[in-house]
Amino acid sequence: MNRLPALAVAALLLIGASDRRSGYDDASPDTRAMQDDDAANPAFLWVQQGEALWSEPAGTTGKSCATCHGDVTTLRGAATRYPAFDPQRGRLVTMEQRINLCRTDHMGAPALAWDDDRLLSLSALVGLQSRGMPLAVEPREPFLSEGAALFRERMGQLNLSCAQCHEERAGESLGGSVIPQGHPNGYPEYRLEWQGLGSLYRRLRNCMVGVRAEPFSPDSREAAVLALFLAVRANGMRVETPAVRP
Amino acid sequence: MVRVLVNVPKQIAANAPFDVKVLISHPMESGQRRDQLGQAIPRDIINHFICTLDGETVLDADFFPAIAANPFLSFSVVAEKSGTLALTFTDDHGVTQTELVAITVT
Repeated sequence: MNRLPALAVAALLLIGASDRRSGYDDASPDTRAMQDDDAANPAFLWVQQGEALWSEPAGTTGKSCATCHGDVTTLRGAATRYPAFDPQRGRLVTMEQRINLCRTDHMGAPALAWDDDRLLSLSALVGLQSRGMPLAVEPREPFLSEGAALFRERMGQLNLSCAQCHEERAGESLGGSVIPQGHPNGYPEYRLEWQGLGSLYRRLRNCMVGVRAEPFSPDSREAAVLALFLAVRANGMRVETPAVRP
Repeated sequence: MVRVLVNVPKQIAANAPFDVKVLISHPMESGQRRDQLGQAIPRDIINHFICTLDGETVLDADFFPAIAANPFLSFSVVAEKSGTLALTFTDDHGVTQTELVAITVT
């Protein structure tokens, strides 16, 4: 029974596993060179900040991340499993939400906003530990089917679905840019367009604003199920966090 | 304090050029953009960068607008012996910051 939904989703995908292209493959040689060299990848400024935050106590309990987790290298592989189902809460949590839950539940610290540099720094640091490992996100139902449906749902004044660009027209051009397949294997990532680090949620938000839809709120079920669908769709692809994209 | 990443090779040969790579977290606001109310956003860039090796200048550069945020610098240095690279930069607020990096010449 457990395998059926995964098969159903696989059947829905137009892009076969072997045809999947990371955004890296569609980026220019210059952009790829930035990602290949950690000394040139600006995202490592955030990783550096994350390393400092890792052992810095926050909140009323006086704990830091390191108090419970020890060295950050113990979280190798963790980022390959998110978004993950949280049985206590009965919902999906993304990596950023997990960090915030650690803060509110264990550290007595307030949750950080989705675009807070500190949250992105920690998420980049944790993501980096899984770099090179294949994504292995659990295809949990009913979230996966919901996400798959959202991916194909037309939205906004332009009346476009995610699939129309990132599946049917992936590899073609939008203006001067190649439309990527939209795999979330490098988040949080440094976008030259943003001149900063951003999460997958920021990317989804930008796409939704682009088709003139009202963006899902950061902690909404919609944002989480869409992130889950994208991750499962990219399962097996290598984590590139922190990636550089145009 | 802005975040800075400096990268030099671990092993450096005497009198052979090596690359110094520097990343600085800075908005590099050009001064030519306007905010949502139409007000000009004041210029805020790193306008001067100087690198010395044991007091001797190896790079002295004036910066101008049209450099992206979080600038990346890469330049070559030749060293005769081990020493300390001092990278000093100044932004439009007059804030100066210096990063010291020890290099080991073998």
